[in-house]
Amino acid sequence: MNWGVLLFPGSNCAEDCFHAVDKILGKPVKYLWHKDTDLGDVDAIIIPGGFSYGDHLRPGAIAHLSPAMTAVKEFASNGGLVIGVCNGFQILTESRMLPGSLLQNRGLKFLCQDQSLKVDNSDTPFTSEYDSGDVVVFPIAHNEGNYYAAPDTIAEMEANGQILFRYCSPEGEVSEETNPNGSINSIAGIINRTGNVVGMMPHPERSADGVLGLSDGKGVFVSMLNHLEAQNDS
Amino acid sequence: MLKAIVTVMLKKGIFDPQGRAVQNGLDSIGFDQVKKVRVGKQLEMELEMTDMATAEASVHDMCDKMLANPVVESYSFEIKEA
Repeated sequence: MNWGVLLFPGSNCAEDCFHAVDKILGKPVKYLWHKDTDLGDVDAIIIPGGFSYGDHLRPGAIAHLSPAMTAVKEFASNGGLVIGVCNGFQILTESRMLPGSLLQNRGLKFLCQDQSLKVDNSDTPFTSEYDSGDVVVFPIAHNEGNYYAAPDTIAEMEANGQILFRYCSPEGEVSEETNPNGSINSIAGIINRTGNVVGMMPHPERSADGVLGLSDGKGVFVSMLNHLEAQNDS
Repeated sequence: MLKAIVTVMLKKGIFDPQGRAVQNGLDSIGFDQVKKVRVGKQLEMELEMTDMATAEASVHDMCDKMLANPVVESYSFEIKEA
């Protein structure tokens, strides 16, 4: 079972993602390059955070047009698991693989902090290690994390259980006071309609290895692994 | 040569925190008559083209594919002789 971490010029969380798969899961992982048109034999793709193409024009605006993203779209349309974290989430919305868009934070500040999140839907290949309602802590580090989608899109996503994580207080309260960046309905992470593409602003890879202080993020990678192994067995 | 000037703005109804900050700044130096500010971006492009209609079609295509994100932004442009 092979994992791929997609690299763009300006990606800066790729090694953390690689480490999470290589050392925490102990599974084979390789880097994929943005110019690749053939991604080879991979079972899951991680699009890491960073500042692809310097975030020029809009975060993800240039990266999503790179050759590898055409291959990623094809991989996802065949049911492959794709997760984009932070800039990876922005790239996935720019490519329309996920609905909505990430606007500048409401407070106009770059946010860099440990953030409590409430798990909203644990019945997905990316969150099965959690229970719905769990409060977890992942770091956030972004300037454009203010999730926006048109009201009818939001209503549809809410009805379909497409919200995976919401920003909350350490006690699990979700409110405008605990919303760090102005995201609609405190949305921190979402999944597509078919349930195989996820985007999230918080960083599970930075909270996957306990020696770094936080370990809640490990569950995202373990959930994905369990899903892939169950698929292989069936 | 033609020159295209593209303006990209956040769509109406989407809160523009940068515009609000600029408005507050203007207010603080006495320009309290400013009731709303929206901040957008302008791109100036030199086009190696001569036909206006073809250029318009190309710039539309550029905006749709990359220069603007239709989920949150609208665009307009003018094209003139460079």
